[in-house]
Amino acid sequence: MLEVRDLSMRFGGLLAVDQVSLDVGEREIVSIIGPNGAGKTTVFNCISGFYRPTGGKITFKGRPIQGKPDYKISRMGMVRTFQHVRLFSKMTVVENLLVAQHRHLNTNLFSGLVKTPDYRKREEKSLERAAYWLERVGLMEMANRDAGNLAYGQQRRLEIARCMVTEPNVLMLDEPAAGLNPNETRELNELIVSLKEDYCVSVLLIEHDMSLVMGISDRINVINQGRPLASGTPEEIRSNDDVIKAYLGEE
Amino acid sequence: MIAQNFRHALFCAFITLVISYPILGLNLEAQGISIKLTGAETQTYVGIALAVLIVFLFQLFRPAILGGLGRVKALNPLVDRQPMPQEKRIRFERVALVLIVLGAMFWPFIASRGAVDLATLVLIYIILGLGLNVVVGLAGLLDLGYVAFYAVGAYTFGLLSQYYGFSFWMSLPIGAVLAAAFGFVLGFPVLRLRGDYLAIVTLGFGEIIRILLNNLTDLTNGPDGIGGIPDPTLFGMEFGRRVKVEGNTSFHEVFNIPYDSTHKVIFLYLITLILAVFTLFIIRRLIRMPVGRSWEALREDEIAARSLGLSRTAVKLSAFTIGAFFAGFAGTIFASKQGFISPESFVFLESAIVLAIVVLGGMGSQLGVILAAIAVTILPELAREFSEYRMLVFGAAMVLMMVWRPQGLLPMTRVHINLKKQEAGVTDHA
Amino acid sequence: MHDVMYFLQQLINGLTVGSAYALIAIGYTMVYGIIGMINFAHGEIYMIGAYVSLIVITGLAVTSPAWIPLVLLVALICAIIVSSSMGWAVERIAYRPVRGQHRLIPLISAIGMSIFLQNYVHLAQGSRNIGFPLLIEGGISLGGGEDGTFQANLSYMQLTIFIVTLICMTGLSLFISRSKTGRACRAVSQDLKMSSLLGIDTNRIITATFVIGASLAAVAGLLLGMYYGSIDPLFGFIAGLKAFTAAVLGGIGSIPGAMLGGLVLGVAESFTSGYLSSEYKDVVSFGLLILILLFRPTGLLGKPEVEKI
Repeated sequence: MLEVRDLSMRFGGLLAVDQVSLDVGEREIVSIIGPNGAGKTTVFNCISGFYRPTGGKITFKGRPIQGKPDYKISRMGMVRTFQHVRLFSKMTVVENLLVAQHRHLNTNLFSGLVKTPDYRKREEKSLERAAYWLERVGLMEMANRDAGNLAYGQQRRLEIARCMVTEPNVLMLDEPAAGLNPNETRELNELIVSLKEDYCVSVLLIEHDMSLVMGISDRINVINQGRPLASGTPEEIRSNDDVIKAYLGEE
Repeated sequence: MIAQNFRHALFCAFITLVISYPILGLNLEAQGISIKLTGAETQTYVGIALAVLIVFLFQLFRPAILGGLGRVKALNPLVDRQPMPQEKRIRFERVALVLIVLGAMFWPFIASRGAVDLATLVLIYIILGLGLNVVVGLAGLLDLGYVAFYAVGAYTFGLLSQYYGFSFWMSLPIGAVLAAAFGFVLGFPVLRLRGDYLAIVTLGFGEIIRILLNNLTDLTNGPDGIGGIPDPTLFGMEFGRRVKVEGNTSFHEVFNIPYDSTHKVIFLYLITLILAVFTLFIIRRLIRMPVGRSWEALREDEIAARSLGLSRTAVKLSAFTIGAFFAGFAGTIFASKQGFISPESFVFLESAIVLAIVVLGGMGSQLGVILAAIAVTILPELAREFSEYRMLVFGAAMVLMMVWRPQGLLPMTRVHINLKKQEAGVTDHA
Repeated sequence: MHDVMYFLQQLINGLTVGSAYALIAIGYTMVYGIIGMINFAHGEIYMIGAYVSLIVITGLAVTSPAWIPLVLLVALICAIIVSSSMGWAVERIAYRPVRGQHRLIPLISAIGMSIFLQNYVHLAQGSRNIGFPLLIEGGISLGGGEDGTFQANLSYMQLTIFIVTLICMTGLSLFISRSKTGRACRAVSQDLKMSSLLGIDTNRIITATFVIGASLAAVAGLLLGMYYGSIDPLFGFIAGLKAFTAAVLGGIGSIPGAMLGGLVLGVAESFTSGYLSSEYKDVVSFGLLILILLFRPTGLLGKPEVEKI
């Protein structure tokens, strides 16, 4: 589904990402881990089109996407969340979900002004989809609240729901468990697994919570100082000497 | 602590003196070719002294005063008022809008000719305010050259009528579409700029348009402007004493009533009212449509909006173009109302007034914009002495509003959407 | 010969106005470099500087030429005091309370302040333009003038503008590079949050930036007011816009950029007036601004900004 080959990103003199490669297959959960400042989010930004990578190839659904603008990549079916939650905070929870579904809506100005049947039908459909996902992440009661007034854990869940209503093939989650309590982390764990099992979504995950990563990942890529350090199944990573060294420091 | 407070208060008082005395207390007066310095009137000096004293005392007892103000409930009745529930506010806004429109319909039959004329101007500002509200309030793009599109609308009508004898009704859509086209063409390159750069560029664009209108003398007649712009007609009926355009008839002759010059004023007012209501309705629909939601999403968080597949340029451009469209609309009506236009009417001050209307009304809120437009246009007329201080007060109000209540007097109400409960389980989603 | 002299004259005129623009541009660029906002009211601060210096010059009413340097010095000092107090007050009242809010809010507050100050002076001093006496007369001929050809002149006023600008710029550079406050200024413009964590009083540094910018604007007010020969309350609006253009042209946030941008803009304008028509000089400078922002938003000397998520 998603193939990244020798991705490099240079900011001025600084090589933030150096020759990183990874694969995400269909219905797979792939994680990127590494110490702080290793370049994980930069990899995300390159894949999602927010940065234009300075080297390497990214292929999504068999088509090269490196250098494409972010909104086009998102429309192809790959959406992401952010390390620091980014909601439309002065809009209500439902509106946040409706904004995300603009591709499913009839955006023709004229049909909206006169409310053509097609416009109504699509509007209705997207409301249903929004309601479905709100129920799924347990935010139905909050539907008409301003998104900015939600609790932190709820904001995290809303951000995931907002991605899911776009019906993506690949979902990129940037530290989704950051700031969550153990209970919420467990729910998140279940949600991510369910996204893969029940909704056929591939997940690319950046996360520091090792028990979460080890528990749900099919494969793990370790990055250190912008360079790929290791990749493999959770078991392989757990027993990899280089990884242990990078995490625990040289003895 | 007290000594520090005292020093700070003294310093603030001194600054107040320094920034007020030389400018207010010493007046430059031109006498022939030489200039003379004269003192101001005694009351100015008293005023300066009072201001210095007030600043001093306020800064000295600042913690006490600010603490005290919060506790005195009588002074601030809003202190523990709960915000109105959302549904009630939506209903309130709808009722208020209907009442305003109804009141506006009866207005010309109870008010004097001058008051109706003024009300037409208010309606023009309402159209401008609602249009700029799309750009600034909803899409979050600070456009300081909004008056340029207003000018495009007005000059389109002026020039078309002068050179080709176009009527109001033919020029109205052309003026609006042309203004929108200008918005589109200008917006296309500049909208990817960051917010503050955009403000400066639109300001520069507004100035460029004005300078061009002033200097393209062959086309626009320069500073002398264009006169003789026709009034609107009603199904070919003119409202003047005599018919100007061949083939038209005269309103008072058709209905066989004596000629009355107020007919024209009332008719123009009613047309403007219809167009204002049309503007209100269209924009109200747009806000609730996908395009309106994407404006707000981009204002709230551009990066998140892009990550969800919204094209920054397309969304901003739609807001900019639609805003320009309604400015062109208002410009055409303005040209018809005045019968004469010149670059004088399209200075930065006009952009600033419209911006003040949007900011004071509560960015995004339509009811707020309408009330602010009424207040901003009528207050200077009610109190003549006030009109001199108008811009001073607007400027100060804009600052105070941003400091204390950036959401405006009447913040936008969100649409309430009722959702049907869905079966939360695994469905054939994918 | 004629063409060369005419060209030289336009160049001198352009550099004169341009160096004064540079003085105003410093205020925009420093404030932008530190808190990332456009101080829309800066043009008004400059205008107030011009008014105060004219008030002082008129008030002293000196006729003997021997006293003129002293009069100018007193006027300059008074203008600097009033303008920098104004800069201080503006920052305190309109900018500090809204710092860190949504981008649009400080911007609107700044525009409100600009409108307020314009009308403040308008109400106190009237809207008509007032003549500003040229106290520095005479000049040096640079050649030409024979057989009715064009004669290029460098007036003492222009020379004064160059020299004063040079002094101010040198002083500023020394201040920024040597003094403790200057170093703190640079630190804050690099990273405001980090600097405050390291114990720099960022509020004080921001205030200092406004005061320095306002002082330089006051100097420009006196110089340009006298050079143009008349002032009015709207005098700061266009000049502010020009100076902002200069700041962007040179690369906003960069002090050498502001100087370069001012000079380039001044010369561009002067050539437009000299070879095309003075009506279009504003069109050219705004056009230049738009082009720069579109094709090289970082300006001539600015560094590219990396968007952060």
